[in-house]
This record gives sequence, structure tokens and C-alpha cells, in this order.
Amino acid sequence: MAEKITLSKSDRSAVCFRSTFLQGSWNYERMQNGGFVFAMIPAIKKLYPKKEDQVAALERHLEFFNTHPYVASPIIGVTLALEEERANGANVEDEAIQGVKVGMMGPLAGVGDPVFWFTVRPLLGAIAASFAMGGSILGPIMFFVVWNLIRYGFMFYTQEFGYQAGTAITKDLSGGLLGKITKGASILGMFVLGALIERWVSINFTPVVSTITNPDGSYIDWEALGQAGTSGNFGQMLHDAFSAYGSGLYMEPTRVTTLQDNLNGLVPGLVPLLLTFLCMHLLKKKVSPIAIIISLFIVGIVGHAIHLL
Amino acid sequence: MTFNFLQVILVVIVAFLAGMEGILDEFQFHQPIVACTLIGLVTGHLAEGIILGGTLQLMAMGWANIGAAVAPDAALASVASAIILVKGGQGTSGVPTAIAVAIPLAVAGLFLTMVCRTLAVPIVHGMDAAAKNADFGKIELLQIAAIGMQGLRIAIPACALMFVSDQVVMDALNALPPLITDGMAIGGGMVVAVGYAMVINMMANKEVWPFLFIGFTVAAISDITLIGLGIIAVAMAFIYLNLEEKAGTGGGSGGGSGDPLGDILNDY
Repeated sequence: MAEKITLSKSDRSAVCFRSTFLQGSWNYERMQNGGFVFAMIPAIKKLYPKKEDQVAALERHLEFFNTHPYVASPIIGVTLALEEERANGANVEDEAIQGVKVGMMGPLAGVGDPVFWFTVRPLLGAIAASFAMGGSILGPIMFFVVWNLIRYGFMFYTQEFGYQAGTAITKDLSGGLLGKITKGASILGMFVLGALIERWVSINFTPVVSTITNPDGSYIDWEALGQAGTSGNFGQMLHDAFSAYGSGLYMEPTRVTTLQDNLNGLVPGLVPLLLTFLCMHLLKKKVSPIAIIISLFIVGIVGHAIHLL
Repeated sequence: MTFNFLQVILVVIVAFLAGMEGILDEFQFHQPIVACTLIGLVTGHLAEGIILGGTLQLMAMGWANIGAAVAPDAALASVASAIILVKGGQGTSGVPTAIAVAIPLAVAGLFLTMVCRTLAVPIVHGMDAAAKNADFGKIELLQIAAIGMQGLRIAIPACALMFVSDQVVMDALNALPPLITDGMAIGGGMVVAVGYAMVINMMANKEVWPFLFIGFTVAAISDITLIGLGIIAVAMAFIYLNLEEKAGTGGGSGGGSGDPLGDILNDY
């Protein structure tokens, strides 16, 4: 019997690198099939010296495939293990390989989408954006570096894991670890989303509810301070002004309370929360997100025009 | 401002990378925070680019390609709005306007993406033909061509946008009355909610809902930074998972009913 052909670590690394381009030829017919075969090419070349075997392998991996691009890695790992067995004469049917690919892509996409697109990216994006909006270059750099470390680390590790575990991985997915990771990520995500709604969604109702005239002596007498300033002692003037402010005097003779101040006294961020619930409801009713976005802009303009916002 | 030769080349390269990533979704060159920063960097308007990128990033939060669905196109939105911001020459005060134009651009980009994804069908048919001859090189070439097509999807509009005269862009921006631009800025503050809503719809179930409200309430304490909130969230996730595990094993050893008194009664 011929010596066993195995895929070396460098072969597997080459496949992992190529899986970066998994979605490159994403198409409406078979979706990620071109990318999958593109990733498998180094392994196919190594495992099958005969041309007819190569043709069969290429055609096998040009079948329909679609999942989250990062969790494709463990699937590729398992597929590599199966192809290796097959190349060494084991009776691995086309159906088995196809079955493993199709069987894993659905559940794994169910993990990858919420974890990467709806937890890690929004969180990292929000933290980075909070730096960036202050003009700090750290925001974009942090986003790019941290994301790609997580991404490539995940892809390489899970592909290796898939390769080692072979077919056993399908059993592991039903229980334990991945379920926990998904749930933990959802808890993290929901908590931070709640916080982001409070912090980042801004609605400010400007109508004035009340204008109260502050009693004499409870507000800073700027005119008197100004006269002190023009007489030459600016330092003393500033000192007086700050100590007056510090002792709790009002800045202006009148006190204005807007509708927003009242709402903030109730629950800060209540209206943003309600707006978010409204958006969720509309999205569930299959209203397109673009339509909602455009309507919100219109609400902003109209609301501003009638001095509500 | 006008772009010199080197800047045009660099902007086209950035746009090409963003276009590629719009489909690949790996390195994230298409995310506003990266794309706008890079456009700002190569055109010498780094600060504005970063601020625009950060602001757009919050809006684009929930835009993700799920299954066969196509999200609003962050790549075209970020690249084109950054170019418009730089050309407009209004500095950071041009950011709300640039964001307002980013939205229709994201829709336009969505249609371009769908066109490209359809054009990719004949490309994979080419791969089928190449596979019959075990022609590895041709399959690789077709894959690279498909990625290049996605890159050009953004690079070509970006290039065209740079050569529209400054006057046209300026006039278009100045034609907007302040009522509209201020209103747009107000709208922009609310639009963020749509992204959050998409994310929550994906993630929410009975088990995790309470955490949203805890986060919402704790966030009102403005002394706690986002990183601090993240730490609280991670801690709570660990506590929850551990408690759940304990409850699970306890119930298991107690005969599965999870009700010790009931078990004792059953034993009688």
C-alpha cells in the first residue's frame, strides 16, 4: 500500500488564507461555491495526483454552499479531514462530504451571524466610534487591528479544530460550548445595546414648558461683574464669577424648562428606547430599513420646521 | 479642493479595497470607520475623515449581509460621502450633510451589489467548465476577477465623483437650506435606532431581554464609560452562565424534577 498522503500544517495554512476570499464570487445561483473551491485548491492538488480525481473533487466543491464567512472555517477543516481520508482509500462517499458541508452550514451560520455581525462588530464599532467622534485616530486603528486579530485567530483555530475533530465535530455542535458562547454573546449584546440606546440615540424635544423668573440675588449679576472687570481687575472678576457659579447661583435671570428636561427627570433616554421598539416593530412587519431611515430624516426636518425638535 | 494625481490614485485604491470588502466582509475596509479614515488620510483631511467615519459607523451598526440578503452598502456610502466631505471643504461642519448624502448612496450601492452578484453567476459557470479540465489556474483567475469586479463597483463611482467640479459639489451642498441640514442632523440622531432595532430583533429572546433594560438603566450613570459598561456586561454573562450550569447539574442529580420536596414525596 502506498504511503499515506497527509495535509501538512502549511497546506492547511494555505487553505485558511484562501478562505479569506470565500465570498469573492458570491452569486445568486450557488452563492459561496466559487470561494469554497478556491480555498480547497491547495488541498486538492496535494491529495489527488490523478487528473480524474482532481476533476471530481473540483466539481464536488462547486456545489451550493453558503454560511457565515468565518464559521466556514470549521466546515473547511472537517472537509479537509474527510478529503484526506478519501484520498487514502477510505470509502467516503460524495454524499457524506456534501452532507457534512450542508448539515453544518445552517446551524453554524446561526452562530456566526449573531456573534460576529450583531455582537462583536457593533460593540467594537461603537467603542471605536466613540473615540473617532472625538477625532482620535486610535478609534479606527483599534477597530481594524482588534477585529482582524479576532477574525484570523478564530478562522485559523476553528479550521484546525475542525480538521482534528473530523466528523466528530457535528456531534459537538449540538451540545455544550458553542451554545454557551452564543448565549453569553447575546447577554453581552443585549446589555450593551440597552446602554447604547441611552447614550447614542438622540432626540431632543425643544418646546419650552415653563419660564420661571429667578428671584433677585439668586442669579449672577453679570453687569456688576462686568463693571468690576472694566475697572481693570480681570482676575478678581473671573474669581467672583466662578465662586458665584460654584455657590449655586443661576446663570440667567430666568430659568427655562423644556419638554426634554421633564422627560429626562422621568427616565433619561425613554423616548430613544420607545423609538427603538417602534423600529423593531416596523422591521418585524417587513418594512424596509431604508424606508424607516428615510422617514426618520423626514421626521427630523418636519419636526425641526415646527420647532418640536 | 481639487485632487492631485497621487491623491486620485490613492483614493481609487482605497475605494477598490472597500468594494472588495463589501462582498468579502473579512478585513472590514468597507466599514465607515476604516474607509472614511483612509480617504481622509490620503487626501490630507484625516481629522474630518475620522469624525465622519465614527458617526457613520454608529448608523451602519446593524447593516450586515445575512444569508442571501444584501445590506445597505456601507462601502459606497462611506467612500462617496468622505469624498464629498473633502471636496466640499467645509471641514467638520460638513459632516451632517455628508451623512445625509450617505443614505441614498447606500441604497444605490445596494443595487450595484445585486447587479454584481448576478454577474457572478456566469463567472462560476466558467469555473464549472474549467473544473472539467482540472484547470486550477483558470478557476483561480475567475475568482480573482469576481473580486476585482466588486472592487470596481466602488472604485469607478469614486473616481467619477472626484472629477465632478468642486463648484457643482459646493453648489449642491450650499443649495440646501439650514432648515434641511439641521433637520437632517436631528434625523441622523434618531436613525441610529434603526440599526439597534435590527440587532435586537436578531438577538432577543425571553431569556436575554432583561439585560437590555439593565444596560439601558445603568447607562444613565454617565461616569461609567463604554468600556466600563462592557466589563459589567461580561461579568453578568459569566454569572448567568455559571448559575445556569449549577441549576442544570443540581436538577440532574436530584432526579431531574428540580424540586427536592417533590422528590422526597415521590420516594414515599
